[in-house]
Formats: sequence, structure tokens, C-alpha cells
Amino acid sequence: MSGQPYRLAEGGRIDRSKPLRFTFNGAAYEGYAGDTLASALLANGVHLVGRSFKYHRPRGILSAGPEEPNALVQLETGAHTQPNIRATQIELYAGLLANSVNAWPSVGFDVGAVNSLFGHFFPAGFYYKTFMWPAGGWKLYEKMIRRAAGLGKAPTQADPDRYERMNAHCDVLVVGGGPAGLAAALAAGKTGARVMLLESDAELGGSLLGRPGEINGKPALDWIAATQKSLAGMDDVRILTRTNVTGYFDHNFLIACESVTDHLGPAGSEPHLPRLRLWRIRAKQVVLATGAFERAIGFKNNDRPGVMLAGAVGSYLHRYGVKPGESAVVFTNNDSAYATAAALARAGVTVTAVDSRNEAGPLADDAHDAGVNILSGHIVAEAGGSRRVGSVGIVPMDGGRPRTIACDLVAMSGGWNPAVHLFSQAQGRLRWDEGHACFVPDKPAQATRVAGAANSAFALEAALTEGYAAGTAAAKDAGIAKSSRKPKLTASADEAAPLAPLWSVPAEDGAAAERKHFLDFQNDVTVADVRLAAREGYRSVEHLKRYTTLGMGTDQGKLANISGLALLADQLDKPIEQVGTTTFRPPFTPLSFGAMGGRDRGDFMDPARRTPMHQWHTENGAVFEDVGQWKRPFYYPHDGEGKDEAVARECLSARNALGVLDATTLGKIDLQGPDVSEFLNRVYTNAWSKLEIGRCRYGIMLDENGMVMDDGVTSRLGEHHYLMTTTTGNAARVLTWLENWLQTEWPELKVYANSVTEQYATASICGPQARALMEEITEGVDLSADAFPFMSWQPMTVAGIPARVYRISFTGELSYEINVPASYGMALWTALMTAGAKHGITPYGTETMHVLRAEKGYIIVGQDTDGTVTPQDLGMDWIVSKKKDFLGRRSFTRPDTSRVDRKQLVGLLTEDPRAVLPEGGQIVAERKSSPPMDMIGHVTSSYWSAALDRSIALALIRGGRERMSEQVHIPLLKGGTLTATVTGTVFYDKEGARLHG
Amino acid sequence: MLLIDCPWCGKRDETEFSYGGEAHIARPTDTDKLSDEAWADYVFLRSNPKGVHRERWFHVHGCRQWFNVARNTVSHEILAVYKMGERPALPGDKPARKKAPARRKAPAKKKKEP
Repeated sequence: MSGQPYRLAEGGRIDRSKPLRFTFNGAAYEGYAGDTLASALLANGVHLVGRSFKYHRPRGILSAGPEEPNALVQLETGAHTQPNIRATQIELYAGLLANSVNAWPSVGFDVGAVNSLFGHFFPAGFYYKTFMWPAGGWKLYEKMIRRAAGLGKAPTQADPDRYERMNAHCDVLVVGGGPAGLAAALAAGKTGARVMLLESDAELGGSLLGRPGEINGKPALDWIAATQKSLAGMDDVRILTRTNVTGYFDHNFLIACESVTDHLGPAGSEPHLPRLRLWRIRAKQVVLATGAFERAIGFKNNDRPGVMLAGAVGSYLHRYGVKPGESAVVFTNNDSAYATAAALARAGVTVTAVDSRNEAGPLADDAHDAGVNILSGHIVAEAGGSRRVGSVGIVPMDGGRPRTIACDLVAMSGGWNPAVHLFSQAQGRLRWDEGHACFVPDKPAQATRVAGAANSAFALEAALTEGYAAGTAAAKDAGIAKSSRKPKLTASADEAAPLAPLWSVPAEDGAAAERKHFLDFQNDVTVADVRLAAREGYRSVEHLKRYTTLGMGTDQGKLANISGLALLADQLDKPIEQVGTTTFRPPFTPLSFGAMGGRDRGDFMDPARRTPMHQWHTENGAVFEDVGQWKRPFYYPHDGEGKDEAVARECLSARNALGVLDATTLGKIDLQGPDVSEFLNRVYTNAWSKLEIGRCRYGIMLDENGMVMDDGVTSRLGEHHYLMTTTTGNAARVLTWLENWLQTEWPELKVYANSVTEQYATASICGPQARALMEEITEGVDLSADAFPFMSWQPMTVAGIPARVYRISFTGELSYEINVPASYGMALWTALMTAGAKHGITPYGTETMHVLRAEKGYIIVGQDTDGTVTPQDLGMDWIVSKKKDFLGRRSFTRPDTSRVDRKQLVGLLTEDPRAVLPEGGQIVAERKSSPPMDMIGHVTSSYWSAALDRSIALALIRGGRERMSEQVHIPLLKGGTLTATVTGTVFYDKEGARLHG
Repeated sequence: MLLIDCPWCGKRDETEFSYGGEAHIARPTDTDKLSDEAWADYVFLRSNPKGVHRERWFHVHGCRQWFNVARNTVSHEILAVYKMGERPALPGDKPARKKAPARRKAPAKKKKEP
């Protein structure tokens, strides 16, 4: 244990009484509670934390926040592992285990660094230019490139943690708990408004945690503590820390991710608590106080470990009591870095400040007093050293002799970019602020206000004043009548001399040196890449981004984007505001899929619907199939049976004796009202006015394009009362379709439509013994074909249960579909099984149902049709009325719909009766030795028919009905071809004698 | 995510609703007399304006009522929510476009617009 050699003797907000041990890249270290992984590593003198994406250059910790491009780690192992987590945002916990993501075999010796030597072979657009030949080669190259350039590894085990989602509403949502955000929350809270204050950090205070400052004559941290206390005392103010707002969507809907136990590590997880909680917030008013990100400056080798952002260096000193180096060079083009320079000097670091300007403000005077050696009108041209900066070369701005200064830390500041990400996600417009050389929020598109550094109010007093005003105005606009008086909010004056824009220092040897002026550290995009892209004609910033990969890493260019486009503007000789920014998209910081999914996983992913007879099916060994949300018995295997044997047995029982199907899931829509007949006339292709009470009719429903949408049997229950059945998977869609027409187009029709699918349980019995069974379980009902014919229904008592019995069939056998109130479903089923035993009653599942109906050529909408099939294509002209209008009819005469060579439904019988065609198999008329062959259709349904002792299939074939008795061929994926003869669609009992029996 | 003020239920999240496309397109009555083009226009073609769009929404996970919404397709601002059969005037309403005469002709004859 090294004892944290770079930890200051005192200061910081860490708890020195709580040392924590952790492991990074296999080595053991110690930090304190209150550290981040980054601050703890720096306290131990570890700067080298990873390798860059493309060139595998050594990289160190650059920032102290979410903008970090370099210090990405693989956190923990096994099921708990998380890739690409920013070390600057990981709170240290006992036993933390992290590894660099992009280094093999180690950060110190990386075989990929050989790429770096060939850097000039990897310019912008390199992938596009090099790996595009030969065609198809990309598949191979991509794998190799991804292995060499990959970031962290996704976990391969199931996530053991729990997540949840929370919905919230508020009057005023304040994003950011720095000075401006606190002032805004305070102002809004005092009016009694419902306020939410979200802060991504573990603590409130924002930038004030990392720099000195005074408010109302006292240390700023005192004001923060006092404000936090008053907010905590307000009933309607909710403060969430460790909560990242990642998305700002329409109508002030925001998504935020709160760490509940994530920051405690795997050992800190509690079974009753989620690891992350996703907040879905609808706010009347939003105040964005998201602060600003500091910019880097381009100079040669500015990516060396030990080169950091000046504000981050200040943050490590003040907040964590860590001295990131012994001798520092502060390189700046603005005044803010002088605060860091002074703090470094006071911590005993030798500091040289290199300022590209000739004039600096009062902060420079303070730094000078602290012992900082200031070099005005100078720039840093390059950094020396390899795995850690060892020196810098500096030159006067107006030319002159370069000289070298030894140092182990460079703190740079190229100015600040307001964090406008959320504002822009909300479609707000940006404006270029010439004075601060940054984009600032201009016109919001929603009920949004921006305050503080996010609005380029960088001075503390201005931020506080803006924040308070924004909070007051937001509460007022949220409809809160009460107002509050603005309290005294004065802060230490930090008047500043103007910044002088400096994106990248001029390179003495031109383009060659600019290849080492890094902009996007994570993706290794350099100043030279941007200039090359511009020269090659990439004038749009969106194209620049995709061509160079600028800003496409996990940090999404928080650091690099603005500098990149400023350089593009420079190269194109255009004003920056004309070049514009790339689109800001959610998430602001990466968001865990676990948090997005919440509890919606496993059994909770989708509701499961079960019939009242489900328990019986389970107890009797049914294999289930998902049909929409329904769990339907697929087949019921006996001991030792596979699917094929079970289905064959079930089929033969239904054909030769007695089968029973749980048909509860079929969609049932109750239609009532005097105009139902007219309504059915309009939504079905056939006529309904003359359907007698007690009779049933099959109908086909089309969309306005004339294509089959659904089918089913509708029965007339009374003068003004019908029951429509739909396919299982389409029930909700059909009800919506009916409601649509009733409400929007035909409100004059008096029709009520209501789903009763769940109100009835349905058992369908079929087979030669069906009538015998019915006679045993009913009393005094004439079940003869004359008294109770096919396509009629009757109310009766079945096994003591009030029922509606329908003589309708999907199997082609004598069938009775028995509907009882759902609560009687199990009673009916067990009664049928008991009474049917001596008739050999056999429960069958959906697969047998499919075989039986295919033997009869009955279609399944969605299997034998696909939204491009008309009733005529199905050979069902008989169901299309010529005497009335109905939905879709006019489309039949459209040129495309009336083509004669449309795909038509036909039967197929294979030459080899044992061979079952693959469903979806493509059909060709002419067999060739190799593709391409002209495909004329595809197999829609294909089964082994036990009743026929051969295979059967249905297919959609171009001009199919003209091809009767012709041979077609079906090439197989595994090789070889099957040959089949085109037939009619009915394979079994073509006369329908069994059905009507 | 839009916040939609259902005329029957009040303000609800977009996820409770389903979108029903452009509003105020009446189904042609005497379809046999329509040209193929006019029918295709009714079945397939919808306007796609940059700006105010009158459209239909269905409160599928709520009261199951259809209604109309006037929404700005750029800002997603909802300017009006109104029941079927209504058509309030909106600021900036333009007289029916004459740019594509063949297109809107047939459905423009408001039959019995609910």
C-alpha cells in the first residue's frame, strides 16, 4: 500500500476516517470515502488509465465529470460487470474492481500501439477508403477492426439486479444542483410550487465544490448547506442526487436515471431496492442549470497522461484534496484557469501559467501573488514524454525561440461550452456568443429556462441572480400565484478579462504536427482530420462527424464537438454560427438498458393471458404456444411422444372419434343496436341483412385496399344483437377497426361494439362421436341435423351449465362449439372429458387444429395471407357481394388488384408423399442448377396429414389457378429440391359430407 | 412524449393513445363513379405538412374514443383538441390548397363528416 502520495495533508470533502481499498488493473490501492475512482487513482499517482480507440495511445484522466473521454473502465466482473464507465463518475466503494477497457495485454505495453506508428495511414475516412474492396470484404474487415478497436465488454450473464421506473409530475423541474440550480429551486420552492431538483453528482453544489468562492461574504459551501437545509424543509420540494437527466422530450417530458444502490457496488445492493430507478417526469416548467464543460486546446501530443482540464485540476485539489502533479504548466486563453493556477501554487506545486493573451484580469494578479510564474502572449506548442507528460515546449505568440519547461502536469483551458445538450434535445435554438466564443441557448421551443453557466453566466453572482429569477418566473408560469422576495445574493467579484478564442495552436510544421493535435480523445480525431475532411468537401458538420467519427464515442463529443466545428469553420473560412452544431440527441450520458426496462423483464415483459381451462392443460402435460399474449395448448404429448406423433394421434382421433379444443382465445365481439346488419354489410364482403336469428355466417373483412384483414363467423343472437368472432391474434385490432368506422365515419349507425372474449369460455368438440356426446350432456334438445343444422346456434344447458352452442367448424368434422360464462369454463371442460371418455375424447392443440383446417383448405389470416391478398386471390369470390358497397370493394377494380397474374392460393402435393415442404419455401417453375431462379410464389402452410397418410401444403403462386396439375419446384435451404403438383386447396372430404352430418 | 388532452379524460401521456393519421378525410360515397386516381388518393395519399396538421387520435388505453388534434409538426405544439364532427378555425388557417387539384378533390366533398 503506497499511502496515497499525492493526497494533500488536509482539505477536500473526502472522509479521511474511512479508507477504502480497491483494485485497478490488478494492483491494489487505497482511497477515501467521498473519492471518485479517478480522484483515488490520482491520489495514488496513477495517470495512465487507458489506451485510445484507434491509435492505442496512452491516455490519462482528463476531466472530473461526465465529459471524460479517456478514463473508461470495465467495472466489476461476471454478472455485475459494466463496460465503459467513466472513472470520473464512479464513487469509490470498498472492494471496487476496475480495469481499463481498451488495452491489451496491459495499459503499459499495448500491442495495438503499433497503429500509432502508422498514424498517417489512418486519416479521416480511412475505413471508408480502404476497406471497401473487394465488395463483401467489409464483413471480414469489420470483425478484425472491431476486435482491435473495441471498447468494454457487455456482460454475458443475466443481470442479477432489479430496476424500477417511477412517474412524477411537478410544477418546476430544476436540472442541476449548482449555484444557479439551487437558487432556482429555492425561488420556486418558496412560492409553494411542487419542485424537483435533480443533480447528477452525489452532492449538491456543482462547480462550487471544486473551486473557492464566497456568497454573501461567507464561504460558498456554507450557503449551499443552508440552501439545502431550507429546501429540505419545504414539503413540496423533492431533491434527487446521483440522478442524471438523460433525455428532454416533447411537452416537457424528461427522463432521469437515479442511482439507488449502484454507487455502493455489488456488495451494496439490497434485495428490496433497485440498483437504478428511471424517473419519467412531466414538468410544467423546466429550469436548466446544467453548467458548462471546459474546452481543451489542440497542441502537439495534448493527449499525454498528465494533460488535464484546468477546472478538473481545481476540482481534484479542492474537492478531493488531491494534487495531480508536482510541477504544473497552466495553459489558458481565459481567466478561469488562474483560479486553478493559484490553488496549485498554494498547494505547493511549482506553476507556470502560459496565457495566449497579453492581458488578464484580477484572477491573474491573485495567481501571481500565490507564486505563479505568468508568461503572457505565449502558447504551449507541444508536450513531451510518452506515458506521462514530462515537459512542454512553449513559444511566444508572435514567434520567437521555443523553450522547454519540465513539468508533470498540464492544466489547460480553452474556455467553456455551456451544457446546452438538454436545451437542444428539447428543440431549443442556439446562438453564437462572440464574447465567450461559445454557443448559448437562444429561443426555447418548450416551457424551458436556462440559468447560470449553461446560459454563459459564468460569474457566480450572475449565476445566482439568473437562477433565482428563473425559479421565480417558472413558478409564476406554472400557475403559482404566490411570489417570494429575492433574498440577498452577492458573491465574490470575479471580473474577467475577455477570452481570446484558441481552438488549436498554430503548428510550425503545418499539417504533419496537427496529426497529433487531438480534438476527440476517445475516437482519436485530430485537427488534421478535420482539415482533411473540409478539404475533401465535407462542408456540413453532420457529414464531418460521420466522416471523421468526431463526437461519436461514448462521450458523444462533450469535449470535442464545438472545437471541431470551430476548426471546420476556420478551414471553410465561414463564421462558426453558419457551420452550426450537430444534432444533440438523448441520452445525455449513457443509460443502462436495465433502467429502461425496469421491471418489464421475464414474466413481467408482457402480460400472459390464460383461459379458465389452463390448469387442466398444464396438469395434462400440454406443451404451450404463445398466440399474441395467450398461452394456448400446442399439443398434448403422451409418454414418449414427440410433437409429430402427438399431432398425428390427435388428428386421427378428431377425424375418427372425438376431439376437443379449448377455443376460448378466439376473439369475441358483442354487437348490439338496430343498425348492426347494415354495419356488417359495410365491413364484411357478403350480405347480412337476411341472416335469421339463430343462424351463423362466415365473413371476410378487408381493408380499404381490398386486402384480407380478418375472418370469422358472426351469429345473430337477436333482432339487434350479434356475436362476431375474430382470429385470436387480431381481436384487439378488429375491435379498434370497428370503433374507428363507427365513431369517425358512420356515427349515424346505432351500434355498440364490445369485446367479450374474456367473458366466455369455449370448448369446441368435433368428430363422428360429437353428437353422441352432446346427447349425453344435454336434455330435451333435438340435435339432429334437421333441427340443429350446420351454421346455426341454439341456447341450451350443457352439463348443467347455461350455454350457447354453435354448429360451426374449423376442422371439417361435425362440430359443436360450446360457449359458457368464463367462470364455468373448467366445469364444462372436465364434464366433457368425463362424459367423452368412453367415446375416446382427445384434447387437441393448435397444431392439430392447423392440420385439420389445412386438410379442408380453410385459410388462416396472417399465415396464408399477408396483407397483399384479396378474397379473389384466395379463390373466395363466392363471399364477395356484387350488390352492395363495403370497405375495400372499390379497390378490386384498381389495375393492380385486377391483374390476372396475381398470386393465388392453391394446394401442393409433393411428388414424394413423405416429404413435408418447408413453410416459407420459395417456389420456382423452372429448376436451374444455381440461383437466381424466377420465384413464382411461396409455401404458406405445410403439414403431415395423418388422415391422408401423406404431406399436404397450401401456397400462394403467381397465376396459380392456371397452373393446376402442373409441376413446380421448391429449392431447399439445405440443398436439393422438392417437386410438387399444383392442386385445389381442399384435400379431405371435398363434398363436405362430414361437416354437414 | 406528447401530453394529449383527451376531450373525455383530460391530459394523458401519448403512450395511452394510438395515432390515426390525417383527419377530415371523408370516405367517398359513390365509389363506383370515382376514377382510379381519386380512389387511390383516398386510400393511399395523405398530406405531410410542415406546420399545423389536423390528425386523428384514439384513446386506445382509455375511453376508446376517437377525436381530432391540431398539432404543429415542427414544434409538436398541440393547438387544439376537438371531438369528431367539429372543426374549429385555427389562427393561420389557409384556404384549401389549390396546388394539386387532382388530389384532394374527391374527399374534399365533405359527405357527412362526423
